[in-house]
Amino acid sequence: MKRALLFLPLAVFLTLVGYFAVGLTRNPSEIRSALIDRPLPAFDLPVPGNDTARFTTSELRRDVSLLNIFASWCVACRVEHPLLMRLAVERAVPIYGLAWKDKPQDLKDWIAELGDPYTLIGDDASGRTAIDLGVTGAPETFIVDRKGNVRYKHIGPIDDYQWNNTLKPIIDRLRAEP
Amino acid sequence: MIAEIGHFCLIMAFVLSLVQSTVPHVGAWQRNLALMGVGRSAAIAQFVFLGSAFICLGIAFAISDFSVQLVANHSHSDKPMIYKLSGVWGNHEGSMLLWVLILGIFGGAVAIFGRNLPPSLLARTLAVQGLIGAMFIAFILFTSNPFARLDLAPVNGSGLNPLLQDPGLATHPPFLYMGYVGFSIAFSFAIAALIEGKVEPAWARWVRPWTLAAWCFLTMGIMLGSAWAYYELGWGGWWFWDPVENVSLMPWLAGTALIHSAIVVEKRDALKRWTILLAILTFSLSLVGTFLVRSGVVTSVHAFAVDPERGVFILGILIVTTGGALMLYALRAADLKIANLFSPVSREASLVLNNVFLVSITGGVFLGTFISLIARETFGTDVSAGAPVFNFFFVPLMLGLMVFMSLGPILAWKRGNVVAALFRLKLAAVAAAGAGAAAIIMQQEPWSTLAIVISIWLLVGSMTTIMERALPSGRSTEGIAARLSSLPRAMWGTAVAHAGIAITALGIAVSSYNSAETVMKLKPGQSLEIAGYELKLMSVDDEKGANYTSKAARFELREDGRLIDRMLSEKRNYPNPGSETTEAGIRPGFVGTIYVSLGRAYDDGSWAVRAYYHPLITWIWVGCVIMVIGGTLSLSDRRLRVGAPIRARAAQPSARPA
Repeated sequence: MKRALLFLPLAVFLTLVGYFAVGLTRNPSEIRSALIDRPLPAFDLPVPGNDTARFTTSELRRDVSLLNIFASWCVACRVEHPLLMRLAVERAVPIYGLAWKDKPQDLKDWIAELGDPYTLIGDDASGRTAIDLGVTGAPETFIVDRKGNVRYKHIGPIDDYQWNNTLKPIIDRLRAEP
Repeated sequence: MIAEIGHFCLIMAFVLSLVQSTVPHVGAWQRNLALMGVGRSAAIAQFVFLGSAFICLGIAFAISDFSVQLVANHSHSDKPMIYKLSGVWGNHEGSMLLWVLILGIFGGAVAIFGRNLPPSLLARTLAVQGLIGAMFIAFILFTSNPFARLDLAPVNGSGLNPLLQDPGLATHPPFLYMGYVGFSIAFSFAIAALIEGKVEPAWARWVRPWTLAAWCFLTMGIMLGSAWAYYELGWGGWWFWDPVENVSLMPWLAGTALIHSAIVVEKRDALKRWTILLAILTFSLSLVGTFLVRSGVVTSVHAFAVDPERGVFILGILIVTTGGALMLYALRAADLKIANLFSPVSREASLVLNNVFLVSITGGVFLGTFISLIARETFGTDVSAGAPVFNFFFVPLMLGLMVFMSLGPILAWKRGNVVAALFRLKLAAVAAAGAGAAAIIMQQEPWSTLAIVISIWLLVGSMTTIMERALPSGRSTEGIAARLSSLPRAMWGTAVAHAGIAITALGIAVSSYNSAETVMKLKPGQSLEIAGYELKLMSVDDEKGANYTSKAARFELREDGRLIDRMLSEKRNYPNPGSETTEAGIRPGFVGTIYVSLGRAYDDGSWAVRAYYHPLITWIWVGCVIMVIGGTLSLSDRRLRVGAPIRARAAQPSARPA
């Protein structure tokens, strides 16, 4: 019995290796989302700094668009932000923001400091909408087509490479759809 | 040409590592001293070739040889020389080369300084070290060749992430790697001991200095990384529980446990199996860190270019190294005899308690880091652990550990007396009570109060042994300096390192709960108030740096109308590769640190200015430096020097406090 106990570390390690091996086969930035090819769950969120406006799902049906989940407390979002700013300046694609569990003041400061790439921001202070969207962490970015269906989900900050090689081709393809 | 020489040196190092990993083993097995000796020569030669390869890559970066792919991708001729050089390890391939170079440095150092070790133990240790080297050099040669050439050399390089053009970041990876890789020595010693089938007190005395040195480097590396995050990321945070931070913290925690359990092996010939297991785990956690950063299994801001092929290779190395070691452990550990028992109240027991705490914390951090992976693959659900989850277990466990840290070093070996020990800590108790009262009067939060009380208890408690020896009861203060300097360095080391923990903890407790923050829209000439200081925006100018342009905001800091400092905060724009960084203006202080960062510009000529006041935040990093000083003091203890003759203690009956 005591000897068997000496095998315990090995057993634990092998279990972990199993997880690592499976984890390796997944590309962390494209975990299958239950939402792919299905309509974006309906939401109706307040717009920070504008008491009368609302950000609703129907807003996203105007064009193929990005829905970017971000927060001022999220370091990776800060890394991603310059790219979003560039996309906004180039008018590459409309970017909608979902401020996840953020405080209004922090959100305001963040935008003030780094700039606002978003067409519209929804304030999901309770995190309720993020749960509906199956958000695992910030930042995450959904590509939504003109019918309001989720077509792609990207986890983690988008960098130049991923934008050029993954997201942009998908957007171009979706734009070509009727 | 230079790249080809480097590539050749790397191949030579690979061949030598293969020799090093096999011949000494055979020698030890056949008791052939000549074959065993090959290990030493091979280790030293391997170090020379790895060093040459690294220098070649350094030259390629220094002369901006853009026909080398790595240089073209990660450097730029406009970059200041210091960042051209730090660019060598600011990327995957170069950092792996640094990784094996450090492995070579440690291997070579063991070969040079380990002459007094039993030949078979030295041979086997170097052989294990050689095997690790062979695997990682193969990894570089086959999947991440830093010397690959481009057919068409570009006119200029494509730059380097400006976040990485920073002295803190330039120095922090080498320190981290010295720590990670340094633990490989403890690992190799552990495997050698398992193969030999015996662990003696002398074994622990040989292992401890290497482990302690690695621990000092890792502490420094983590500290530099955290300080960098604080001043570079522009919003005053210093630790984010990001997976890559966690994987540097785990070997640190396990390594801290290892330093302590090795003391028990050395002094009391007990805890042998556990210490061997810890040595294996500590280095394995370093390898897991390498795997995590370079495989993309868990997403992180720090992740290098994700490449599944590399992930598979590193996973293979992890399986061979850790899997092989744990298999050997399972088969051989039963042969390690348990020699000595001890009472539940004793120095040994307190060190066991230390290990229980540290290993629990390590386990918690591990689970928190990998929970998203485990939950996703087991239950198909998406879970992730953030800072609240980590703080939930880390803070109470760490505070618990700190309560006992005062007590441990003054308990006697074998059988201690808690009541007597607590009585000796009366000064610490009084100081802690005083700090608690002060904290309550200053209306601190409950957690903050608790942490302050425990930190002061530890700070004073850790100095108790030193104070007792400096001023034994009934003796005058005469000769105090002589008494202090005659204390064993290891005793100083313990006291100083523990005090360092207390200071870091104080910094964390006070800054986490008492920071002030304000954001204002300011025009030049207007000012804001933060924590009783007046911060006046003087001007915002366009300036040009070596390879960036910036908006430089100058501030004047006044206290009661008196000018005490001028501060500069910048928003830099790097045209290559086109990104922006925030350089916060920071006025570090012993009591409080003022931090100001420049936000966006408004059309009316005003700027968003964000200012923070962080009390005692510098103590976090100062405490880390003090820990490193403690480790270094302990390292300089004659007793720990490899091969140093053990000084006769008979003439000093009071060498240890009772």
